[in-house]
This record gives sequence, structure tokens and C-alpha cells, in this order.
Amino acid sequence: MFTSRPFWLAIVGGISLGMVCTWASWASRESSTGYHLGSPATEAEIKAWDIDISPSGEGLPPGRGTVQEGRQIFAQKCAECHGQTGVEGPMDRLVGGQGTLKKDYPIKTVGSYWPYATTLYDYIRRAMPFTAPQSLTPDEVYSVVAWLLYQNGIIPEDAVMDARTLPAVRMPNRDGFVPDPRPDVKK
Amino acid sequence: MENTHERRDAQGGSQPSSDERSPRQDGIRSGVNRRAFLTGTAALLGVTATQALLPKLHAESPSVPEDPTKVPGAPPSFYGQRSAFEQAQRLAGSSSSFTPLQDLHGIVTPASLHFERHHNGVPLIDPARHRLLIHGLVERPMFFTMDELKRFPAVSRVAFIECSGNSAGEWQEPRGQTAQETHGLISTSEWTGVLLAIVLRELGMKPDATWMLAEGADAAAMTRSIPLAPALEEALLCYAQNGEALRPEQGYPLRLLIPGWEGNVCIKWLRRLKLGKAPFMSREETSHYTDLMPNGTARQFTFAMEAKSVITSPSGGQQIRPGFVEIRGLAWSGQGRVTQVEVSTDGGKTWQKAQLQKPVLSKCHTRFRFPWRWDGRETILQSRCADETGYVQPSRQALVEVRGMNSIYHYNAIQSWKISRDGAVHNVHV
Repeated sequence: MFTSRPFWLAIVGGISLGMVCTWASWASRESSTGYHLGSPATEAEIKAWDIDISPSGEGLPPGRGTVQEGRQIFAQKCAECHGQTGVEGPMDRLVGGQGTLKKDYPIKTVGSYWPYATTLYDYIRRAMPFTAPQSLTPDEVYSVVAWLLYQNGIIPEDAVMDARTLPAVRMPNRDGFVPDPRPDVKK
Repeated sequence: MENTHERRDAQGGSQPSSDERSPRQDGIRSGVNRRAFLTGTAALLGVTATQALLPKLHAESPSVPEDPTKVPGAPPSFYGQRSAFEQAQRLAGSSSSFTPLQDLHGIVTPASLHFERHHNGVPLIDPARHRLLIHGLVERPMFFTMDELKRFPAVSRVAFIECSGNSAGEWQEPRGQTAQETHGLISTSEWTGVLLAIVLRELGMKPDATWMLAEGADAAAMTRSIPLAPALEEALLCYAQNGEALRPEQGYPLRLLIPGWEGNVCIKWLRRLKLGKAPFMSREETSHYTDLMPNGTARQFTFAMEAKSVITSPSGGQQIRPGFVEIRGLAWSGQGRVTQVEVSTDGGKTWQKAQLQKPVLSKCHTRFRFPWRWDGRETILQSRCADETGYVQPSRQALVEVRGMNSIYHYNAIQSWKISRDGAVHNVHV
């Protein structure tokens, strides 16, 4: 009839311990796996959006482009804004200016200022032509890049630009950038 | 130079009106000849004279009763508008617009007057379809819908955003005529969103992740690389501004905010974050938004906006009368709290402390005021601020000595406003 006190203590203790453990596991679940929001991204979904190109060439798609093809595409799709030779504008000047960065009127272009050739591919693919961004094929982008590098005297006229050759192009102003040294001005 | 995609507009735009004047309650009139400005700072930043094309409101246009206590007023409305008598507006071009700092009070910028800078227009985005992708060096690449982002713990903070090209026209000569033209690429809002650190924890960052690419869903797919460690401290994924959803031109439905850093890293219409081991070297951190020094090298990844201040009243284009004039202005620092603002009413010979309106918030506009009595003599007004790091806003001369005149970005020198004997206020360099 009479159950011993230790038995009840064990029961109550067991229930309490169980509750604590359950609570603890809820709590730890909350802190370790967070809010359970968002949905996993598949590789195909990521690939569709992952358009950036690193200086190492990571992200460059298959395809190839030549200076000759680039000359034609530039004339059709770019020259209206950047001029027939990439110098005339009215928009950003893309060609020339090498040796002017220390002068009173520096001319910052692909050839005189840009440190990485891969940035050209990245930017043209994502943002150009201005009125129809992301409309060029990989071959067209490689070709326009090739033509601009040639115009700036960086690659020869018979060069072919692709995922292997483009990252190997060394830009004239590759070492022209320094980290932020501020505060640099005394009052 | 800075985005020359605007040049065509500048050439084809209409001529500005030279007599745009609006009455001010404190006896200061604002008269702006925008034409000269458009050849200076505005051309640099791509501003055109679309002002003249905007519908113009006149005090006469509403039907104003002789005595408003004798006729019933207007009924409630679904979405309020300012009084038809108020005409402060942005100075807008094709890819940027400037906040009319001289017309505003306190520290918060109305969303409608928040400056704009975009790289190929303001995209139209359906928030129900918008998603943020986070991938790269994370354990679990994920998409987040706007509803999901809003379910995370929220946080609000009042912070400024300043374009790194703010005051870019002032390096070489005093180009801007008004405070709007010299300093209008800055605005302050209360921003609400979720801390980036909380969302990234959800995915699990890999230990070698040190940089983050942020990309917008605009037609420029605007992209910047951001060092992860400092961004994790304060960066916010924002969906609200001054209590309501972000304005389209401020990134609707989602933008990044890194308090105190140059505006272009606060990527608008944010759709993708990619964690990596090194900066991605996008166009906007190599060919643009880098600061060319006199020796031909260029500074890269110059993120924080250093302490800066400007007297907004009296300021360029305004007219004062002898007697009491309260000098009012804004100060801010991307490095923390503003600790002191000094005002000079004698061209920098002597300085006196201005009163700071509380609360003084970190990386936020701080309103300062200084009571002054103008004796009718020609003089120059200046303000200079200091922040909690001990940094003091430099003179233009000190700034130019170190950086030359071709670095375009991050100009934060002391601004000088000359008061002529007739009470007219002009931008000058001293």
C-alpha cells in the first residue's frame, strides 16, 4: 500500500529532470539551428544568378572572342556611347590615357587605370550595353573585351580571349592601387 | 570621370530657371542660379536641370479661404501629402538627385527627399517575387523571401547614408551654389531590418570566408565587395525607411546598410550575397570609387565616411538681414558619434562651440545651432566638427595638400559661406 518516499522522490525527480532536458533541448535547438527560415538553394538556381568573375578567372564561362569580332560588335552596340575607337565618348572613355595618372588632368580608362582584365568581362556582361544589359552572348563579351584590350595596346591583334587567356592578361595599372591609409590629414 | 552616362542628358536637358525662389519663415530667402552649378558638380555627378520640368506649385494654386475657421476643411485621406505651399525638392538628374539640406529641419530626411544615386535606373520589383540568395563559402546556400526576412528579429537604427562623391565638385573650386549642391548627396533615415550577422549565422559561414559580394537586382546589377568582419558588426538587411517600406529609389524591397560607410556599398535592390576569400574586384571598386592620389596611385576600399559638417542656414543662395540669425547646420561621422561642432563667424580666426541637439547618435546626422548677431559687415561662416575617435574635420588646404585635387571621392573639408554686405551668401574657398 505505502510506497516508500525515495520511490516518489525518484518519480518526481525523474519527471523534473525530463522536463528540464526537454526544455534544454528546445533551447539548444533554437540557438544552434536558428530560426528555420529560408529555403535551400540548388546548384542550378545558384548557377543562374552567379555571374561575377574573379581576378583568378573563376566564373568565366566557356566561349571565346577575337579582336576582329569585337571590332564589329563594338561598332554596332557600343560605339554610339563610347565612340568609334573607344576614345570619343560621349560616355566613359575606354581607350588611351596611359601615363596620365600623375598629371593635372588624369585620363582614367581601361588601359590606363583598370587593374584586372577579368573586371571587363564581369562588367560588360552584367551591365552593358547600357540600354540592353546582359544581352550579349559569352562569345560577344569575350570579343568586345579582346577589342578593348587590343585598342589599349595590351594584347596583340591576333589574340584570342577565353577563360584561360583572359585571367593571364596583365593590366598596365595592376600595381597602381593601395589600401586605405586614413586618417591621413592633420587639421 | 564619374559616370558619364549622364552627359547626353546634360546636353539635351532643358535650361534651368534662374529665378526659383521660395519664401522662408526666418527671413532668409533662397535664390539659386543653377546654371553655373550644372557645369560643375552636377556635370561631374550627372545632374541635369530636370527641375524645370517638374510641375510647379504656386501659393495661389490651391483655393485658399480668407478665414480657415469659417469653412470646413478637407476630409481624411488614405496617404498624406505635404502642404501645397511647401516646395522643397531634390535637384534631380538622370542618375542622381540631391537632398535640399537648406530647407530641412532636425536630423531625419523625408523619404521623398532622400538623395538618390543609381547606376542604371530604379528597377520595378514585385516584393512577392523578390528573393535574396546567399551562397559561396557558407555551409547551406539559401534563398530568403521578403516575408522570411521580416520574420527574423528586427532592429531599427537612425543612420546617415552619404555618397562617396558628395562635395566632389569642391576639390578644385567652389562650384556648388547651395548646400544642396555642395553637400546634398547625404540623407538620414530610420532604417529597419535584420542584422546581417543573424541571417549569416542561419547558413553557417565557413571559416575561410573573409569577403562578401553584394549585388543588386537593378539593370547595372550593381556590385561591391565588402570585408566580412566589420560588416558583421553593424550591417543591416533593410526593408523599411522612416517607418514604412523602403522607397523604390532607396532599394525597395531590400537594401544593405553599413552604417557610416560610403553609400555605394549599401547595395540597393539586394538580391545576392556571395561569401569568398578575397575581394571580387568589380568595376565599382576598381575603375570607380577609388581615390587617385597625386603620385598616380589610387586608394582602394576606402569605406568609412570621415567626419564632416556644413552650415545649412545661412547657406549659399540665401539672403540674411542684420540682427539675430540662428546659424544651423548638420554634422556627421562614419566613425562614430559627433562630439563637438565649432562655428567661426570670422573666416576661421576664432571658433566657438555650437549647441548639439540631442540625441546625438553614432553614424548619424547631428543638428547643431549657434546664436549669432549679424552686424551687416562682410564675413565668412564656417563649421568644423570632431568625432569620438578624436578626428577633427580638416581645412580644404590640409586635405588638398595630402590628396591633391583628382581623387573625386571622400571630400570632407570645412565649408565656407561668404556673407556679402547686402546679406547674400556665397560658396567660397578660403
